[in-house]
Order: sequence, then structure tokens, then C-alpha cells
Amino acid sequence: MVIFNRKKMNTIKDIYDSLEKVMDPEIPVLNVLEMGMITDVQQDEKGIHIKMIPTFSACPAISVIKQQISDTVSKDLQLPVDVTVDPAIQWNSNRLTETAKDKLRGFGIAAPPIHHGEINADMLLHVTCPHCGSDNTFMRSPFGATLCRAMHFCRQCGMMFEQFKPLT
Amino acid sequence: MENLIKELVTKMADDALILGHRNSEWTGLGPIMEEDIAFSSMAQDKIGHAWALYRILQEMGDGQDPDQFAFLRAESEYKCCHLTEMPIGTYEFSLMRHFLFDHAETVRYNSLLESGFVPLQQLAKKVKGELKYHTLHADAWVIQLGKGGAVSHAKMQAALDSCFPLACGIFEPGPDDAGLRDIYPGEKVLQERWIDNIYPVLTKAALNIPENVAPAYGGRYGQHTPYLHALLEEMGEVFRQDPAAAW
Repeated sequence: MVIFNRKKMNTIKDIYDSLEKVMDPEIPVLNVLEMGMITDVQQDEKGIHIKMIPTFSACPAISVIKQQISDTVSKDLQLPVDVTVDPAIQWNSNRLTETAKDKLRGFGIAAPPIHHGEINADMLLHVTCPHCGSDNTFMRSPFGATLCRAMHFCRQCGMMFEQFKPLT
Repeated sequence: MENLIKELVTKMADDALILGHRNSEWTGLGPIMEEDIAFSSMAQDKIGHAWALYRILQEMGDGQDPDQFAFLRAESEYKCCHLTEMPIGTYEFSLMRHFLFDHAETVRYNSLLESGFVPLQQLAKKVKGELKYHTLHADAWVIQLGKGGAVSHAKMQAALDSCFPLACGIFEPGPDDAGLRDIYPGEKVLQERWIDNIYPVLTKAALNIPENVAPAYGGRYGQHTPYLHALLEEMGEVFRQDPAAAW
């Protein structure tokens, strides 16, 4: 008789598939991969080791995100998971994937433009309005509802909107 | 060498913790909603930087848990400068303090991008980008209010006159800055770079740096203003009730 309970072999891809289900608590339309928060995924005899980075160093969601990664991946793959913050890599806004930026706009938040190591005034002063598409906008404050968002105002449609800040 | 690095990291962390606490006192009290949010956000950033620095100390060995270290030391063991200890006062005082302090942080962290001490060098890469928004915010308001008519200008000049000697205390020389030359360029060099950075903004705001000031020294060696005592009492009040509690 053939025994079919052979343990299913996980692949790194299975771990990534599981990570796709872990959403950012402050921007619930984006998962941690789209946010560019995952820097390394390894598996060995002890279990799964995931390295991640916060967007801002004081991000209050960091422990929640670590816990959600650990809970989700260990449930899906039935293996112990440890999640650590990677000190060697710093998050910057170029790590957001194109899919992430599309989803942000759909969520009503302007996406940060690609930068080349410096943030200049143009990136902040005339951000395209996610509601009407106008560039006739100005930054009301570099600080908003969360550390990663700034507040802008659109002169065209008269609406406030938020931008995910470009960060170097 | 290791003790000198610890001194450096401790004073940076304590500055961030204490000013972060002061900034948080604007929550709910800002003159307009955007400023309320801005000072609250900057408070959050500062506490985050303090936490990262306390973690570096902890990982240097024989270090304490960041929360315990932040809340349970004797007052004389804090190494923050007097600028950070002062009560929030008027909005223009807090704004000017934030302007002078965040430009000082910017030159400090920029210099640490080349530090021979890897944990500080890695942290500097992260903090530098965040500080950009602090100086952007400070510069915009300092220029706007400096040029905002006679009353506004006079208030901003008075704020600069009272903050500047305190801010010079940020750069109180360490016990052996020369011994840290591979870690950072030393307080004297940072102060020169700081003046180079703030001068053009103050010029645009038509504000004059006061001359012949006596820098407010002492904080780096544990001598503090009476305001720190009251702040520490309040900040640690809940924590001290049960230092072993899990949050």
C-alpha cells in the first residue's frame, strides 16, 4: 500500500505566495511584497527565516506586521518562522512596485515618483491629483495621517489628497 | 574607544527622546491642525530614532533594554542638551528649536554616512531621508513667518535670540572628539557645517544670528536645567509603576 502522507516539500515560491496575503495595516490594499518590505527569504532545517524592513524607522505598525508575517507563513507552510528587521538595507520609496503604485492611486493616494537619491521640490509641489488627474496642486503639509504620507491640495477639483512620500 | 562611542550614541539618543517628548506636547494644541499633526509626526520620528540608537547601545554588549534605559536612569545619567529640555513655550519658540535642532541632526547624520562604526552608518542612511521632511517643514515656516510682517518678524527674531545659545549647546565638545575621528568629525566641525546650512535660510527669513552668545553647555556631562527633572517624572510615571510589564 502506498502511503500518501509524505510531507509536502515547500519551495521558496510557496513562501512568497504566502507573503502576498500579508497586507500593510496602514495601507490595506498593499501587501508586504508590493511595499518592498521583504529583503530576504531563506529556509533551512530549523524553519523559515524572513528579513524585512520598515518604511519609516518609527513606523508603529512594525511589530504588527512582523507578527502577521510570522502567523500567516507558519500557518500556510506548517513550519516555524522567524522574522527579523534587516539593518543592512534601508527602505526607500523606489522599492514600491508599479503594481503597488497603481493600487495606491486606486485607493486615492498619490504615488511617489522614482527618485535618484535626492528629493527635490518638484516631487512635492506638483503632485498629480489621484481624484481628477490635474497637476495644479500644492503640498499643504509634509506630515499627514501616517509618517509615510503627506497632505496635498488640488486647485482643480478643490479636494485634499494624500501622497505616499518619496523617501530616499 | 568603545566608551567614547557609547557616549556619542547616548547623547544623540537622549536628545531625540527628550525633544520627541517635547514635540508630543503639541498634540492637540497646535495653532492650526497641520502644525498639530506635524509636531506629533516629528515626535514619532524622534522617538523612533531614539529607540534605534538605544538598540545600538544594547547590541554593543552589557547594554540594557531600550525602555529600561530610556525611563529608569538617574537624571545625571541623561546626556541631552539644554535646548531639548526647555518647555514648549510659544509656537515660535518650538518652531525655532525644531529648525535649529533638525539642521544640526542633518549635518550630524550626513557625516555619519561615512562613519567607521557600521551600526551608526546604517542608521544614518535611514534617518537622513526622514530628516529631509523635518527641515523642509522648518524652513518653509521660518521663511514664511520671518517675512510675515513686523509682529511676526519680531517674534521670530526673539525666538532665534533665545534659542540660539541653547542650540550652540548641541555642539558641546565631547571628552575626546579627536579620539572618535574615524566615527564622526567632532562637534566643532559639525557646528561649522550647521551654521553654513542655517545661514541661507535665516537670510531669506530676514533674521539675524545673535553675536557673542554664551553656549548652553553642561547637558552632555549630566548637568541639566530644572525642566528636565519635571519632564522625566512625567515621562516615566506610568512605566515606573510596573517596569516589568509587557506592552
